[in-house]
Amino acid sequence: MTTPLLHVDGLSVEFPQRRQRLQALDGISFTLEAGEVLGFVGESGAGKSLTGAAIMGLLEPPGRITAGSITLEGRRIDGNAAGVRGREIGMIFQDPLTSLNPLRTVGDQLVETIQLHLNLPAEAAGARAAQLLEEVGIDPARRGAFPHEFSGGMRQRIVIALALAPEPKLIIADEPTTALDVSIQAQVLALLRRLCKERGAAVILITHDMGVIAETTDRVAVLYAGRLVEDGLTAAVIAAPRHPYTRGLMASTPNLDAVSVDTVLPQIPGSMPGLSALPDGCRFHPRCDVALPDCSRVAPVFAHGVACHKFAAEQKGEAADAG
Amino acid sequence: MLIILARRLAQAMLVLLLVALISFAIFRFVGSPVENILGQDATVTDRNELIARMGLDDPIPVQYARFVWKALNFDFGISYRTAEPVADLIASRLPATLELAFISALMALSAGILLGIFTAIKRGGFIAGFVMTTSLIGVSLPTFLIGVLLIWLFSVELGWLPSFGRGDTVRLGFWETGLLTVSGLKSLILPAITLGLYQMTLIMRLVRSEMLEVLRQDFIKFARARGLPERMVHFRHALRNTLVPVTTVAGLQLGSIVAFAIITETVFQWPGVGLMFINAVYFVDIPVMSAYLLLVGTLFVLINLIVDLLYLAIDPRIRDRNLRGGGG
Repeated sequence: MTTPLLHVDGLSVEFPQRRQRLQALDGISFTLEAGEVLGFVGESGAGKSLTGAAIMGLLEPPGRITAGSITLEGRRIDGNAAGVRGREIGMIFQDPLTSLNPLRTVGDQLVETIQLHLNLPAEAAGARAAQLLEEVGIDPARRGAFPHEFSGGMRQRIVIALALAPEPKLIIADEPTTALDVSIQAQVLALLRRLCKERGAAVILITHDMGVIAETTDRVAVLYAGRLVEDGLTAAVIAAPRHPYTRGLMASTPNLDAVSVDTVLPQIPGSMPGLSALPDGCRFHPRCDVALPDCSRVAPVFAHGVACHKFAAEQKGEAADAG
Repeated sequence: MLIILARRLAQAMLVLLLVALISFAIFRFVGSPVENILGQDATVTDRNELIARMGLDDPIPVQYARFVWKALNFDFGISYRTAEPVADLIASRLPATLELAFISALMALSAGILLGIFTAIKRGGFIAGFVMTTSLIGVSLPTFLIGVLLIWLFSVELGWLPSFGRGDTVRLGFWETGLLTVSGLKSLILPAITLGLYQMTLIMRLVRSEMLEVLRQDFIKFARARGLPERMVHFRHALRNTLVPVTTVAGLQLGSIVAFAIITETVFQWPGVGLMFINAVYFVDIPVMSAYLLLVGTLFVLINLIVDLLYLAIDPRIRDRNLRGGGG
């Protein structure tokens, strides 16, 4: 077996507070192959963005990695992500309106990134900047314009061009379309996916939108309260979600074909617990409608792409029936 | 760009006319100049003759217009005390004040911005904390006290620097400078520190808080995510965004450096326009006071004008808004 592009193993992140240590991520493990598009989905505060920030080494202090490892092509990068940041892993943030420096032209910011990472002379860097703008569908003649002269969608294209400029092997896109108009979201996502495919770059797409996951990703990882609860091929997870939380997420996603105007969308009862009041056992059990007695006592083990006592019990039952 | 400039100039003119109105009004509020000139034994005929000669029987608007016209031609009347033309008096004293203000401002700006950046980047560090704490002294101690303390330490106790005056000066055309002689430079150090310390600490604290604010912005996070090293993030991306609001305040502060020079000049007996103004107040020398008011007003307006233009040069968004909206 070849080395995977990215391997995250047992990643835990804590925010030490005066009285207690808030555990924001607890033993996240996953593997990403070159060129793969992996989606991270979950409610706000589940730890999706934090996982991205931890990989980039951009955790806001006092947040820090307390356990686990992050390996890029076999090299440990946790603790010294500065060397790969931008160059090998690019990142795109949610709000394109504030992601660009308002006082410098977009061409300037592109050239700066290209020169820094690719060591090109000024002229070649300028040509490359123009070519990148062209690729994301912005008139290269406008590279002397300032960010405020572009619309939100155009600015997010420029941000994509900036992230792709050093030819990274992985792009972490943190809710790249949440701040955009619905009609532009699909365009920008398609562009991101196409450009990454062309370059063979892998993508981690962070979103809370199951629709975006279904359309864009090859694989999906579901996070809940800092833990990974389900991980599998997107098609398989959507066809047969195994964790009750994933089922809840799927059920509460509107579907134009099935939903008539008066249908009330089902929702998952309750809300995700805060970091200071995490329940024992499975963190989802207070909201789970199929919880077993064990669920409130023992944290479920992640196996067969899911962390759920109920699922494990059913598996065992089936195995016993077959035997 | 020219439209903006024209609009700003028109506003500046209006403000200056108002300042002139106040300067003009001083003459009328602080006793009649006629009494001052003639003394007690004058006859009514003498009085009327003088009033007519000085044009004081003209309607007020005419007098005001004449005052403005004369001011435009640098004619501010004759000092009651020294009987010299006020314009000459100011011309002979202005270089001293401007040199002092310029050096103070230079010191306040460069040290203030550098220390501001330093304390923002090294937030939580020991040295940064120390600088922040000491800066409270600069903010809270009154100027004259700082001046007296500096004199006590460096002139009286250590004897390193002169405690008053301007030292030797060199004449360059109409400009009398103290910047070219050793004693002139030595004399400049203490007053410049006294005058600039408050502004420096103020600018430093402002730069620090603005910089911290800017460093929290998304484009800084994105710049880091693009792999830019911290040095580039701080100086290429954060600094310029910090300077937009700092420019405004710094500009106003530079104006008040000239205005506050009164206190510093008194403490150090610096032969500038501030000291001249204080002496004028003692002797109710109205033409000098009025001309000083006009001078300071003009300086403030000029600095504001420059700040507005700098603003446009720094921030492209304001440039566009002004050109498009026209609203100012």
